[in-house]
Amino acid sequence: MMLALEMYRSPAKYLAAKAVGGRIPGMLTGPAAPLRLVTINEPKADREGWARIRPILSGICGSDLGMVTGSTKMYFSAVVSLPFVPGHEIVGELLDDCEDLPKGTRVVMDSVLTCATRGVELCEGCAAGNTNRCDRITVGHLKPGLQTGFCQDTGGGWGNLMVAHRSQLYAVPEGLSDERAVLVEPLAGAVHAAFRANVQPGQSVLISGAGAVGLFATLAIRELTQAGRITVVAKHPKQRELARAFGASDVVAPDEVFRGVRRSTGAFRLKPDLGAKEFLLGGVDIAVDAVGSKDSIDTVLRVTKAGGRVVLSGMPSTGVDLSPVWFRELDLAGTYASATSEPNGRPAFETALELAGRAPLDGVVGAKYPLYRWREALDHAHSAGRLGTVKVAFDVRAS
Amino acid sequence: MSRPGFVLEVDDRTPPLIVHNGEGFLLERFPLGTRVVYPPEALPAVRDVEEAIQNALLNPIESEPLPELLHAGMRLTIAFDDISLPLPPMKKPDIRQRVIEAVLELAAQAGVDDVEIISANALHRRLTPNELRDIVGERVFRSFFPEGKLYNFDAEDSDNLTHLGVTKHGEDVEISKRAAESDLLVYVNVNLVAMDGGHKSTSIGLASYKSLKHHHNSHTMIHSRSFMDHKASKMHHSAWRMGEVLTEHVKVFQIETTLNNDLFSGGLGFLQKREWEWSLKDQASMLAAKRGLAAAPNKLRHKIYTDVRSPYGLTGINAGKIEPVHEKTIEMVHRQHMVEVQGQADVGVIGVPYLSPYNVNSVMNPILAAVMGMGYHFNAYRGNPIVRKDGALILYHPVPYEFSQLHHPSYVDFFEEVLSESTDPATIEAKFEKQYAEDPWYIHLYRTSYAYHGVHPFYMWYWISHALDHCGDIVWVGANRKTVERMGFRSASTLQDALEMVSHSVGRSPSITYLHNPPHLIADVR
Repeated sequence: MMLALEMYRSPAKYLAAKAVGGRIPGMLTGPAAPLRLVTINEPKADREGWARIRPILSGICGSDLGMVTGSTKMYFSAVVSLPFVPGHEIVGELLDDCEDLPKGTRVVMDSVLTCATRGVELCEGCAAGNTNRCDRITVGHLKPGLQTGFCQDTGGGWGNLMVAHRSQLYAVPEGLSDERAVLVEPLAGAVHAAFRANVQPGQSVLISGAGAVGLFATLAIRELTQAGRITVVAKHPKQRELARAFGASDVVAPDEVFRGVRRSTGAFRLKPDLGAKEFLLGGVDIAVDAVGSKDSIDTVLRVTKAGGRVVLSGMPSTGVDLSPVWFRELDLAGTYASATSEPNGRPAFETALELAGRAPLDGVVGAKYPLYRWREALDHAHSAGRLGTVKVAFDVRAS
Repeated sequence: MSRPGFVLEVDDRTPPLIVHNGEGFLLERFPLGTRVVYPPEALPAVRDVEEAIQNALLNPIESEPLPELLHAGMRLTIAFDDISLPLPPMKKPDIRQRVIEAVLELAAQAGVDDVEIISANALHRRLTPNELRDIVGERVFRSFFPEGKLYNFDAEDSDNLTHLGVTKHGEDVEISKRAAESDLLVYVNVNLVAMDGGHKSTSIGLASYKSLKHHHNSHTMIHSRSFMDHKASKMHHSAWRMGEVLTEHVKVFQIETTLNNDLFSGGLGFLQKREWEWSLKDQASMLAAKRGLAAAPNKLRHKIYTDVRSPYGLTGINAGKIEPVHEKTIEMVHRQHMVEVQGQADVGVIGVPYLSPYNVNSVMNPILAAVMGMGYHFNAYRGNPIVRKDGALILYHPVPYEFSQLHHPSYVDFFEEVLSESTDPATIEAKFEKQYAEDPWYIHLYRTSYAYHGVHPFYMWYWISHALDHCGDIVWVGANRKTVERMGFRSASTLQDALEMVSHSVGRSPSITYLHNPPHLIADVR
């Protein structure tokens, strides 16, 4: 038996969180949370290539918060299997030998549950190394689940024990601290986003949002591409400071985006009638939405130059006005998780491990909580930007 | 007979004194011993304005009378000072209207039919049709505007600029093509303060950015001591050199007018008077204005001030050759504004009013508030500044975070982008000026909307560079803390707090000089 936080099916709580969560944030981590701390059976690692992992640190991701707050779309209900233990950003220790990785190895995990993990013939995506595009995430010997942390069979990082397949694991180099290693999964996502952005030398980039997704995207784009000016939209002082440290050329407040981008690109600024949101003629070459809100996506679509590229890195909201995509012939690109074969010929995780070793990431994990203080942890994560924190993590060993 | 300006020393009997404070005013009790510089009273106005105009046109200085310069078949261009003068705007009829009508009448008598009238706005915003009408009058407006013969100068219309040459200092002289190719350019000026007029009129008012950047830069501005004394102002030296080149190519008939200090009337008439001389009616007006303005919503208060029109009287009009005309003008302006002040003070105090040359019919944004206080009023001296080197300057203005996107789009960006990086004029100039000057959006707005040119906030910041360089401490009383901090200054709640804040540099018993301005004055600091 093990201690774990479990996400369970509760339509009433889901609806309650969705209805009032925005106005009464305390509800989301209080009575309306479809999450509970329970003692449950440990997941089994009885198939070849699988091993047990004891999580050391497990991060709280925006998608985890989305589930708790009911903002995740029902679209994803078909690719999860409730109840499940969340947590897909982990650094842990192998409790079993796992093929070439001996017991006791510190590992990080690519959480996507691909064909290889499910024991089915490789789909087109997996065969090409685009494992994040796997088409078989609901079949095979595992219950449906797009990733570890959304699947009933694998457990997740918010529990004392979980299981993972060898294809998901990467050994953590000696000398890389747990606090840096737990950031490798979101960094890998940022590496993938940087490649999806397809930045050409000298091109201008706007990154809307300076939470973990936006900041890591800034870091990856600056490190892996020859981007010109990178403008980051950041709300809070700590975010602004980190954005600059991660490679932003300039940082603007959310209500300054149109002004800032217009200034830096020499674009023309137009204001439609009847209070409709303004837009630019001209603008950045590439914009990355790292928030997912309607407002953020609306903004990036409106400040990207004709023929430019908009990358959706945050889980997108509904109700976005797509007129600029049509009128300005924008390329709209999604970016989800990361692939084992990125354009640089390497798994995103390998690149992310290198970045985690050299980037100025000290202090990025701003708070650690034991599992039994999960309400405080989620409250903190929910207000992380305001509180000057980038990443909140569960310290699972302390639980 | 009007009384000259004078310096009052505050004693026990001195009542609280008016301090202009944006769209409002305060009654401030100054420390004992504070010297208060009061402007001279309004000089008597010319009784028959029409006759004075005719006299100036027919008996010009070092020039043929205007009728002799006019002939059929010629190209005549009339340029006039834009809306930035006078401040506050003049009650109708504007003196420029009267002069332009007189010039047009003589032109018509001579059979001149190729006439164009240009607002010499340089990189200032274009005037709206109504603003043009207010200056030139209904008759001239109706006759010329619909035909496209009355218009704003466009410093970005490269097809309509002419490069006349360079000065001996290598400064480009590029002005309006129409003016450059005219047989005669008549410039109609309003000389409210001593920095206006002379060669500054044409060689700045009708010049392009290429030409203006030679003197509108931080180096020149910081070394201009003071702008009110063209012989001591580097900016004016440059304009004078340009004027010499210009007048080699263009025949200029300069008409300069001077106005008296009659700024406020009606309900605000008490602002013209010295506080201890207020009648019961003045006191009642002051109380009504003070309470009314305090209670009024922002929009109403703004409208009350924006609607102020001054009943200026004409004190003189001179026409003819630029230099001698301007000498006469300066003589009259100095008579109206000059106040002798003995010695500099440790602390200078300035109340910044609601209006500057660049926010007529608009809002005074933080940069313009700084320019009005530290550019215009601080520079309103001859000889030496009222504050000693490394002394302290205390200014009054709320400095709200308020910008007009219509009139000052590049100011917003300047405030947010440029000032957040540096407040040093030379650094700002080197890193940002070109970007802003060549930004196509600002150019588009300058040319087609009513926006100041993208580079204009830079010129404003250079304007204050002399004060920045000269003063050791600058504190604003009652100002929005965030906005003044962005500009590199500090904010205090009261005068006492401000004096406490500057005490580390000027001591606890500093000498203080308060410029009781407006009405306008120039401190002749000996």
